Order: sequence, then structure tokens, then C-alpha cells
Amino acid sequence: MSDPADIPAKALFVATPAVRRRLRSQRVAVVCLSLASLAIFLPLAAVLIGLVKKALPALTWEFIVDVPRKGMTAGGIWPALVGTLYFVTLSLLAAAPIGILAGIYLNEFARDNWLTRVINLAVVNLSGVPSIVHALFGVAAFVIMLRWGQSIRAASATLAVMVLPVIIVATKEALSAVPRSFREACWNVGATRWQTIRTVVLPNSIGGILTGVILAVSRAAGETAPIMVTGAIFYKVVARGDLFPYSINEQGMALSYHLYQISRNVPNMPESMLYATALVLVVFVLAFNSVATVLRVRLRRRKKW
Amino acid sequence: MTGNPKISLQSLSVRYGRKSVLRNISFAVPANSIFAIIGPANSGKTTLLKCLNRTIEIIAGSHVDGQICIDGLNIHAGGDVYSLRRRIGMVFPLPVGLPMSVFDNVAYAPRMAGVRDKELLGHIVEDCLTKAALWDEVKDRLDSLGSMLSGGQQQRLTIARALSHDPEILCLDEFSIAIDPVTTMRIEDMLVELKERMTIILVTNLVQQARRLSDRTCFLNKGELVQEGPTEEMFGDSNANRLTYDYVRGVFG
Repeated sequence: MSDPADIPAKALFVATPAVRRRLRSQRVAVVCLSLASLAIFLPLAAVLIGLVKKALPALTWEFIVDVPRKGMTAGGIWPALVGTLYFVTLSLLAAAPIGILAGIYLNEFARDNWLTRVINLAVVNLSGVPSIVHALFGVAAFVIMLRWGQSIRAASATLAVMVLPVIIVATKEALSAVPRSFREACWNVGATRWQTIRTVVLPNSIGGILTGVILAVSRAAGETAPIMVTGAIFYKVVARGDLFPYSINEQGMALSYHLYQISRNVPNMPESMLYATALVLVVFVLAFNSVATVLRVRLRRRKKW
Repeated sequence: MTGNPKISLQSLSVRYGRKSVLRNISFAVPANSIFAIIGPANSGKTTLLKCLNRTIEIIAGSHVDGQICIDGLNIHAGGDVYSLRRRIGMVFPLPVGLPMSVFDNVAYAPRMAGVRDKELLGHIVEDCLTKAALWDEVKDRLDSLGSMLSGGQQQRLTIARALSHDPEILCLDEFSIAIDPVTTMRIEDMLVELKERMTIILVTNLVQQARRLSDRTCFLNKGELVQEGPTEEMFGDSNANRLTYDYVRGVFG
């Protein structure tokens, strides 16, 4: 036995030229990958900082809870903010139950036959349809055929159709992340399919499903095209700070449509109000996205297998 | 063979799509015995077990011909497939700890069958975990996650769950694959005791395990029944079937 100190430090594990070459190309790869990630983050940060800077002069509590005054060029955005809440809530009330139930059916019960494949194909294609096409569908189906007229319910129904595939796909993915062996273990002890879904599959996929629903919310909140022809309105008289100003049979204001109008069709619009409106919309969407992220992280932390 | 068989298979054939997995299998399992099924990989042993509790029907493209009777009643003749499954305990080679507490894992089947009495559930859980040689290791942490136990513990948890609905038939498919020899011996002892109360089908790659435990043995090869008979005869020196003779001695395979 020789003393460990006697072992020459450099005798073994010397990097050969081939190894050094591989390490060099790895360093290049890491730099490229991190630059690409930075390229995603920087524009977002720039947009946010720019928005906040330009919006700051107009951004007060009054701006949020007050109604628009002087032909939009003064006052606040309250009716539009509440209107967006209306659209999002109503469309979600319709789309979430249908989407989740359809996702469960498609992933857990549907046999692999032509009908299932057609439905799956339709779901995928539906999510690729441009929102203006959804808008025209909404006009034909809800405004005209169902005689709902231009109204909050027609616009919400249109949004619901639009976000349905998002929810279905998220539900299916969340469900199929639960290992099949869990289901088989339950079937082997005599549990029915529904018992298995209720007791094992759903409790372990609810996080993913909720994430999908919340992402659907943020998509519905940001869309302009589907609502501008089905139920959004330029201006509506609403009491300041009124939480329930609209009936669902009438048209309502919405943040995205409001922003579109004041940036294009309102003369002498103060720039700061424009940016403040945009900022409120962005924060609205980002807030929902962050809730989804927090939820996902928390549910992942107590991963159960 | 005396008395009516617990399970009888009559010309059972199974195919997945066009791929034939089991061909014309017939044998009978006497009640309160241990029946071993041996054979190399891909000989259809696991498929055979799935036919018994009709989980085979969940697999797309599977097709079953022939007849399986339990207590003389055809299991395909209608009736409630879930009560059929509750009469059979199944343990498959890969351990599955459900993502719930150890207690809930074992109480799952009784609960799904409608048992609500907490005291009864507690009793079932302790009894089944004891039989599966796991009680001493988990009795102080019944509320920890079943899916976070070690592989060997999860396998014993799976056995406990298979016993939890008090089945008449217990099927074990390679149960000892993830368990150390000492624990395996404890479970083997338990199986011999359980034989008094139920009929046990033991699929194993360890031919010596089949020899130690079983009353009758059948040898499957490539989806066909090579030979079935009392275990001593199957493993005996005078076995005239060359294939079985070679397989149990490790010559063939």
C-alpha cells in the first residue's frame, strides 16, 4: 500500500484532445441555448417596463373604478374591466364543464374507433381555427340562428366555443399523465371505471386540468375579434364601481375591445390612458397565468409517485 | 381428482388482433389447492390470469374463445363482472402502490364494495397487511403514501390489497420478483396457510418455488399447454414428457 500522497496527481483522468473538443462544443451549445431563452424573456420584460413607464401618469385607483368621461378621453375603464369579467366568467361556466367532461370521456371511456378519431381530430383543428372565424361562426350560430342578437351571452358562447379545445386537450393530457397501472390495480379489485376515475385518476390530475382551465381564461380575456361582432359595445352608461352593471341579453364593454377602439377611433386620446388600459389588460391575463403557474408548482411539489 | 374443480378451463384460446397468445388450453384447478403455472417468457401466463378476472376485455383487440368456469358457472355467461373481480385477488409482477395512504391502499377495495364501518376497515387493513408480511414495517406510518414505499414493500402492499376484498381465488404473477428471499419465505408460508380458505394460482419463473408450494403444476410453452399434473409427477424423474423434464431441470430454456 502506498501513501495516498504519493499517488501522482495527474497520472489518471487526463482529458484527451477528443474530450476537450466535446467540452468545447458543449460550452458553445450552452451559450446558444441560454441566449435563446434570454431572447424570449427580454422582449416581454421590455414590453412590461415600457408599458408601466408610459402608463404611470394615468394609473390611479380612480382610473380603475371610474367610468369613461368626455368621449373616453377622461375618467376610467370600470365598465370595460367588469365587462371582461362577465365575458370570461360566462364563457368559462359553459366551456369548463363541457370541456372537462369531454376530456374525461375521450381519455377514459372512448374506444379507439373512427368516431373517436374524428372527434380528436376536430378538437385539434378547432384549436387552430383563427379567432375571426370563430367570430363569424358566433354571429351565424348565436346572434342570428338562436336569435340571441348581439349580446353578452352570444359573445360569451362564442368565446366558450373558442376555448373549448384548450380545456379538452389540457384535461386529456392531465388524465393520461396518471399511470395506467393505477387504473389496472383498481379494476383488478373490482372497482368500476367511474369509481377508478373518481377516486384515483381525477384527484391526481386535477392540477393539470385546472391549469388548462386558467389558461383558457387568459385566452378568452385577451381576444378581441370573437366579441367585437357578437356582443362588445363601444360605450355603455354604467354607474361608477357597479359590480353587476350588465344584463346578459344586452351588449357590454370589454377591455380588449375598449383598447382597440380608443387606440384607433377616439381622437385626442391621452397616450398615458391608452397605455394604462393596455397595462390593466396585460396584468389581468398575467395574473391568471401566474395563478396557473403557482398551482402547477404546488401540485408538483406534492407529487405522489 | 376428487370433488368439483374450483376453476376449469375448456379449450381457452386468446388472441390479440391476429397474434395468437393462448391456444386450446384446458385444465382444472381443485378447490383449496395451490396451482402453479410455469413456463418461459411469452408463453401466455399473464394473459391467462387476465382471462380469469376478465380484465383481458379492457385490452383493445383482444379476443377470447373457449370457456372458463368458476364453481361450475361460466364467467362469460353474463352477470356482474365487478363481483367476479371481487372474488379474485390479483397480484401482478410490477408492484403498484396507489398514490394514497398505506391504509387507504388496503381499504380501497372494501370501500369501493361499499364498506363504510371504520372499525371493520381497520380490522381488514391490519389483517391483510399482516398476511402480506408488511404490518410490522408500516404499522406506525399507515398514513404515509403507499406509492412512496420501497419496491419490495409496495409489492407486499399489492398482495395485501389483493387480499383485502376477501377473495376465493388468489392469483399471484411472479410475486417474489422484487422481494428478498426471507420475506418471500414468509409469504410462501402464508400462502400455504391461506390454502385452507382459498384457491391459489401461482405463476412463477422459479420452478423450485412451484415445486415447494404447489399441489398441481401446469407447464405452458409458446401459448400451448405442454403438460399438467400433480406436482410430484411433473417434477419426478419418471416424467415421460421430455420438454417438461428438461425445463424443470433447467436444461431447456
